[in-house]
Amino acid sequence: MQDTLTPISAANWDADGQLEVLTFDLAGETFAVEAMLVREILDLLPETIVPGASPLVRSVVNFRGKIIPIADLRLAFDMPAAENTIDSRIIVIEIAIDGEPTQIGIRTDKVHEVATLNHADSEKPPVVGMRWRREFVHELVRQAGGIVVLPDLSAIFNTKSPESGTAYPAVAS
Amino acid sequence: MSAQDPIAAFRVEAGELLGDIEQALLDLSHDLTSHDLVDSVFRGLHTLKGSGAMFGFDALAGFTHHCETAFDRVRKGQVPATEELVTVILSAMDHMQALVDGDGAGLEAVGDEILGRLHQAIGAADASVAVEPTAASVAAPLSAPAASGWRITFRLPTDCMTNGTNPLMLLDELRSLGDAKVTAQTDQIPSLDELDASQCHLGWQVELRGDASRADIEDVFIFVMDDMTLDIVPIEADDADETQAEAAPTTALAADTGSVASTQATPAAIEPGTGDAARNAKVAPAKAQESVRVPAERLDVLMDRVGELVIVQSRLAQLSNQGVRGPAGELALRSVAEDIERLASELRDTMMVLRMVPVASLFGRFRRLVHDLARETGKTIELSTHGETTEVDKTVIERLADPMVHLIRNACDHGLETPEERVAAGKPEAGHVTLSAHQAGGEVLITIRDDGRGINRERVRAKAEAQGLIEPGAQISDSELLQMIFHPGFSTAAQVTNLSGRGVGMDVVKRTIESLRGTIDITSNPGDGSTVVLRIPLTLAIIEGLLVRVGEGCYVIPLAVVEECIELSLEEDMRSRGRSFITLRDRLVPFIRLREMFATGTKPDPHQKIVVITTGGERVGLVVDQIIGSHQTVIKSMSPLHRDVATFAGATILGDGSVALILDAVQLVAFGQEQEERLRAAG
Repeated sequence: MQDTLTPISAANWDADGQLEVLTFDLAGETFAVEAMLVREILDLLPETIVPGASPLVRSVVNFRGKIIPIADLRLAFDMPAAENTIDSRIIVIEIAIDGEPTQIGIRTDKVHEVATLNHADSEKPPVVGMRWRREFVHELVRQAGGIVVLPDLSAIFNTKSPESGTAYPAVAS
Repeated sequence: MSAQDPIAAFRVEAGELLGDIEQALLDLSHDLTSHDLVDSVFRGLHTLKGSGAMFGFDALAGFTHHCETAFDRVRKGQVPATEELVTVILSAMDHMQALVDGDGAGLEAVGDEILGRLHQAIGAADASVAVEPTAASVAAPLSAPAASGWRITFRLPTDCMTNGTNPLMLLDELRSLGDAKVTAQTDQIPSLDELDASQCHLGWQVELRGDASRADIEDVFIFVMDDMTLDIVPIEADDADETQAEAAPTTALAADTGSVASTQATPAAIEPGTGDAARNAKVAPAKAQESVRVPAERLDVLMDRVGELVIVQSRLAQLSNQGVRGPAGELALRSVAEDIERLASELRDTMMVLRMVPVASLFGRFRRLVHDLARETGKTIELSTHGETTEVDKTVIERLADPMVHLIRNACDHGLETPEERVAAGKPEAGHVTLSAHQAGGEVLITIRDDGRGINRERVRAKAEAQGLIEPGAQISDSELLQMIFHPGFSTAAQVTNLSGRGVGMDVVKRTIESLRGTIDITSNPGDGSTVVLRIPLTLAIIEGLLVRVGEGCYVIPLAVVEECIELSLEEDMRSRGRSFITLRDRLVPFIRLREMFATGTKPDPHQKIVVITTGGERVGLVVDQIIGSHQTVIKSMSPLHRDVATFAGATILGDGSVALILDAVQLVAFGQEQEERLRAAG
């Protein structure tokens, strides 16, 4: 929680106010992660569930001999769970968790493309009219096709599953 | 260690040098008359000073210079080596380490304080020497500055240049000491046809004017002195004032630092603190740049294996080009597969061996600790070590350091009695602490033994009762009673001394050892001392595991903790709905249904099994659906996002590429105990 403003989350817009991102679909919304953070795009892998883990990262996979967690961002954004489809992919990103570079796989419905966003088109998330947790959204960027959500991955993953249970539904056990 | 920051390289080198000096100093404290040890300390300090100055660590070079000067006098027999001097230099080493690690800001006071003590130590020694008039008279002309200059005549061995000695640099260094007039002595140059250009035939005579002392000049030649001829004679004094001007600063410095020392209210109390700080500081940069020294032959073995692997790989490539046809092709393929399997396992073993370092590096650190502890407690403590060549994984060594410091502190502080008590008890005056290591199977046993008073059962019991850990008057076994000291917040020390109560309790020691998948055992005989045995697995990376299935998931239980596997019969299963216990050889063993714990949501197999695991004498059964078999488990760490899941110690990759989680036996047993207590409370 201490680093809601890490360099990573504070989207690295370049001098021209542009940012290269990889866009993907999640429950009908278009999201984007900074291309700098992306390590690889994978087909779905056999996942191993970690009992007792936070539902956001409830499983792990073998990614080239490393055990990496698979995150379902739907849970961070209160979206209904969905079945995997033929387009489902895993985006492996690398961000700092507790100051340690960590690879995380993000399960997506579909991966689109590498695009360039303009800072001029971006806005901070509005105070009202958004059902998502505001600190999880870094910026909203208007694009031709609609709105692209730039999630604050650092905030999402560095937020410990709170005891109050508002962020993620409690483990069904 | 390739192309790296020279400053970082210097830090590593300085760390090693300081380590060497420290060892030599500690040896010296046992044998104060050894010239070899004095020399090796001196050489170490000199090298440190030289390379420190070269890399811009001026504060370090300046500080080290004083220590070096002091030791130079010891070396020349002007002052005897004393226990006091060794102690001062040891604390000076901590300061040097701090200077190596940092920029020296804010450390001047500490340095001055140490120098003050150094002068006192040397001064005290001087005074004792002064009784002998001869020694004093020898000391006088040497420590006195040069009259007005020196005439230095030197000749290097003819083969000196093959060793890399450059006479020009020596001359330059002499010039830097003052106004030098250099004359070459050419009388030994042979005729041209006999001349070997790679040899040094020249001698030199240098007339050096200025205030350099004889020691300064000798310093120039320190590395070549053994083989050369050197003659230093003073030039007749023609200016007495100069002499006095030179003498003044020395005394001023001594007085100055002396006053700093006296203003320090409690220099002795400060010393351990700064020592700790320096040691801590030492740990931090070591982490930033880790390096392992590997014997070359082990690398050769690794190279051989890699070579073989390349050959097998080309065979495999050839095979894949040809295609596998017929039984002969299949046979060829199988043979390649077998070769790869063999090589992989050999490579793994070789790799493991590369990570192994002898425990000597760990034990070495404790000599200093015990030395300091002996001073702090006023006890006489002898430390002996055995089995230093036993090798342990590098990671294990690092993580063992803190718990062992605590255990040794305990042994010295609580275990050993004061000399008077020891004599009264009919024991030798000096307490003995023994560290030993040896390998047994896949484990390394590290034993810390003291011959002190042993653990006071009464006090442990009283304390445990006071803390409500046991019922007053309850019957518990001796080993259970001794285990009490591992409870958090448990300390039997009647008075908290400087040594104990530093925030690392025995519970932390136990936890650290268990996180290494090791165990800790204590035996103690009142009056005879205590023995702590740490059992540590040889390596952290690979374990033998028992692969089990729970629901649809596969899990690995470390085989080392598995006691036995039994079947959970249907009737036992039905009966145990209400209470999760089975009777195993007349003992009740609580069990955990992993299927429920992991909320698999699957139906149980008709023939469930119970894997009974044990740690620290406690047993718990784990109900699993199927036991698949034993499995060589390469442990992979879990991502930081899963660190809060305590049930698992890590994960591993199975033959089919899927991930299996490794159960943390300690956590599960603790969980089982908790459950048992809950049930007891309810029932």
